[in-house]
Amino acid sequence: MRDLIIIGGGPAGLAAAYAAYEKGVRDILIIERDAKLGGILNQCIHNGFGLHRFGEELSGPEYAGRYIAMLKDTGVEVYSDTMVLELRPDRTVCAVSAARGYVELQAKAIVLAMGCRERTRGAISIPGKRPSGVFTAGAAQRYLNMEGWLCGKRVVILGSGDIGLIMARRMTLEGAKVLACVEVMPYSGGLNRNIVQCLHDFDIPLYLSHTVTDIRGDKRLTGVTVMKVDDRRMPIPGTEMDFDCDTLLLSVGLIPENELTRQAGITISKTNGPVVFDNMETSLPGVFACGNVVHVHDLVDFVSEEAARAGSAAADRIFGKLPGESAVSVLTGNAVSYTVPQYIRDSENEKAVSVSFRVNKVMENVTIEVQGKEKTLCSYKRAHMAPGEMEKIVIPRVLLKNETAVTVAIKE
Amino acid sequence: MKEMICITCPKGCHLQVDETTLTVRGNGCPRGVVYAQNEMTDPKRTVTSTVAISGSFLARCPVRTTAPVPKGKMKELVALLKEHTLVSPVKTGDVVIKNVFGCGADVIVTRDM
Amino acid sequence: MYDVLIIGCGVVGAAAAYALSRYDLRVAVIEKENDVAMGASRANSAIIHAGFDPEEGTLDALLNVRGCAMAEELCRRLDVPYKKNGSLVISFSPEEDAAIDRLYARGVANGVPGLRVVGYDELHEMEPNLTPDARKALYAPSAGIVSPWDYALAMAEVAVRNGTGLFLETEVTGAKKSEEGWIIRTNRGDLEARYVVNCAGVHSGEVHDMACPHTFDIIPCKGQYFLLDKSEGAKFTHTLFQCPSKVGKGVLVSPTVHGNLIVGPDAVNVPDPDDTSTTAQQLAFIKRAAAKTTSAVDYRAQIRNFAGVRANNSAGGFIISFGEKGWLDAAGIKSPGLTAAPAIGEYLAELLEKDGLALNPRAGFVDGRKVVRFKELSSEEKNSLIARDPRYGRVICRCETVTEGEIVASTRTEIPARTVDGVKRRTNAGMGRCQGGFCGPRVVEILARESGVEMKDVLKDKTGSYILSEKL
Repeated sequence: MRDLIIIGGGPAGLAAAYAAYEKGVRDILIIERDAKLGGILNQCIHNGFGLHRFGEELSGPEYAGRYIAMLKDTGVEVYSDTMVLELRPDRTVCAVSAARGYVELQAKAIVLAMGCRERTRGAISIPGKRPSGVFTAGAAQRYLNMEGWLCGKRVVILGSGDIGLIMARRMTLEGAKVLACVEVMPYSGGLNRNIVQCLHDFDIPLYLSHTVTDIRGDKRLTGVTVMKVDDRRMPIPGTEMDFDCDTLLLSVGLIPENELTRQAGITISKTNGPVVFDNMETSLPGVFACGNVVHVHDLVDFVSEEAARAGSAAADRIFGKLPGESAVSVLTGNAVSYTVPQYIRDSENEKAVSVSFRVNKVMENVTIEVQGKEKTLCSYKRAHMAPGEMEKIVIPRVLLKNETAVTVAIKE
Repeated sequence: MKEMICITCPKGCHLQVDETTLTVRGNGCPRGVVYAQNEMTDPKRTVTSTVAISGSFLARCPVRTTAPVPKGKMKELVALLKEHTLVSPVKTGDVVIKNVFGCGADVIVTRDM
Repeated sequence: MYDVLIIGCGVVGAAAAYALSRYDLRVAVIEKENDVAMGASRANSAIIHAGFDPEEGTLDALLNVRGCAMAEELCRRLDVPYKKNGSLVISFSPEEDAAIDRLYARGVANGVPGLRVVGYDELHEMEPNLTPDARKALYAPSAGIVSPWDYALAMAEVAVRNGTGLFLETEVTGAKKSEEGWIIRTNRGDLEARYVVNCAGVHSGEVHDMACPHTFDIIPCKGQYFLLDKSEGAKFTHTLFQCPSKVGKGVLVSPTVHGNLIVGPDAVNVPDPDDTSTTAQQLAFIKRAAAKTTSAVDYRAQIRNFAGVRANNSAGGFIISFGEKGWLDAAGIKSPGLTAAPAIGEYLAELLEKDGLALNPRAGFVDGRKVVRFKELSSEEKNSLIARDPRYGRVICRCETVTEGEIVASTRTEIPARTVDGVKRRTNAGMGRCQGGFCGPRVVEILARESGVEMKDVLKDKTGSYILSEKL
């Protein structure tokens, strides 16, 4: 029986490992499917990582490098090039690799840090033909930043998520022509700064409330049709615009990768991630989750923070420090699409609990309220809120004392 | 009054800048003022890209400028990087181009390879 | 000079080649695409039909029932994913109840084994996720689900192993009678054969007309589908048809042999036989139509949509006959062509023999095929395989658990995978929920390495479908 197994060696897994180590856990194993640690950060060569965590603006590989350096000489073991095939409810991890073959390892605690995957063409049901030249933005990013291949010359990007925006700039700088960025919602899904420095800087038009309705080409992509959509997101006839392009990049959302989680019978929330307590423990005692496997983050800094919470709680579990029994449910109220955590338990050593969430529309000058049984427990003002920006509030635990459920809601 | 979005950090504050006095409103921190005033006079951007590397596990090594460089020079810089080939091993922070375009910023490696 | 030249390597051409490869003959197959099973054989419902559908007494009925009976043993021998899951034709109205009874009678007349009409309670017990409107059903336990492209590939591979020539990217441009048979003109030169077998699918009309008087029209009929994640496939056991009515044949809902769910098809005649585009309008129609059968499908779990074109024809049924001396058509093979294919292959061999072609057993004929599917192995088998070849320990496709060993193996068979989609059809890599987002670049890398080409020369699918445009 091992003490701690962490599934995934990206930013979440690295930060969880480091936090557990700092709390005194010495038998830690990270299982990573890739050849190197760092996860998706290795292909995110742009800057903007680490302002919160390190007070500097780093590239993705640099940010990962910091954690890899922090883990040096800690004795944390890494199985790289190793794929976890199964997680059993008794915390047994079945994994396979060329070096070690098929192994089954049981641990006192497990941290799930598998990250997320990109939504594909099929998932959003774009009709048309099926030529080559349709890529998820992340796949194109890997080709370009790691393998050194440009996947096309005339590009339309569907979705204004951050990866798509970053790729618009990156491909432009490498000589491709990005014709348009098309977003089905009336607002962008990416960070404002990326709209400015990735689209505006290069005069790339952003078509809000538009979508791709047809894909042409028998071999390689030859063009796409873009149409304006109404408020039910249905294309409006007569608004067709044809683009001649050889590449369509999809940046249409990320989905937490929870196949292992489901296999283990862990309760999944509507975000597609596991339901978690405030210490990031899932419905299966001893199994924790953090990072994009729980909910998709905008900033890696917050992934690290959440992962540290999971790693530290896993250490508590390993050392026999169990959390309180009773739990306060965190419910979603007006304009809030989800919260993480969904449950808060008593904690002796932490005075406050941080709750992350997203809103489901763009709002100005609003108040976030945490409502209890009889009254509003606390509130927080925000000048601007948007679905593309994850929100975080810190609730003093003392306020939760007499509550069984609280609701996070936006007062408009 | 010119409206702009601060790109200094991911928060993305909405700024208003007076074109004549260069006074800035809407900034959440002092860096917003510096950004807005620079944007009115001499806009700059941090450039990130890759450089060919031989003898490593990948063909490309990620690099960035240590400070923003003039916005108009971005494409020129990416083109200039094509003339360089690194040889493994390199360390994060190794300088690829010192004081690029004489603007005070270096191009550095951002991954140990 | 070939004894037999087969035009087209879809499932029918492959079955013909497989049937003929048992005999001491010089046989070649020409295929205009860069892989086998590139037309309707790779875009269909993937169903082994029981055989109650074709009119009794027709060749279609005979070959359907015979093909269905052959499927289980053939798939076992060729290691093709197959499952005898049984089908249900469901009635939703009293009029349809009557139609179910007629279908039952026809099925019995066609010789379909084990047919049974199941009532409301049993039906809903068999399939708990049906809508309450489902009244009763015709249950056909002999029906199954199969990997259609693998079915074609396996038969073609065994044929090639036993001496059949396969010329890919070879398109017929004309046909001319010669002294001893036919000269077939192609983009890559002329080929001569005593017999030509036309298995050109949606193009079988054009090919026929190059050699024979015009006797039939192919009426390309497009069908669109949704493919959904395994979460949805797990909700059903049987292939669920809607009772055919005046309005149309209805759409089916079925688990696939890989565990996914398939929903479709519609049926729309199209002018272009190669028009495999999907449309928002028809996809919406399919969803609406399928809602009659079940409301349990979560379309957020869809992983792709696609279309295939059936070779419907003016003659109504399969056109399997000599069009000219030495020219045998297996044309207009529409549904249930996939099911009938192995029976068609044998039937074609019989027709050639009757016409005077001597079918002497081939000495040293080697039948059968074995494919390593890592995911299906026990932990001991996994370990011993990895010990022999560590590449089986490297998982490339996360969603479907496909290893580098399997991908490399797929590039070294009788008909090696040369494209990313070719790898996908042979190994399932890229078929899962991420649709190759993660493994695509790595498959490209492996293909480039194994075939000794540059990454930019690796294609996604058909000739010209390049993936990468420029190296930095």
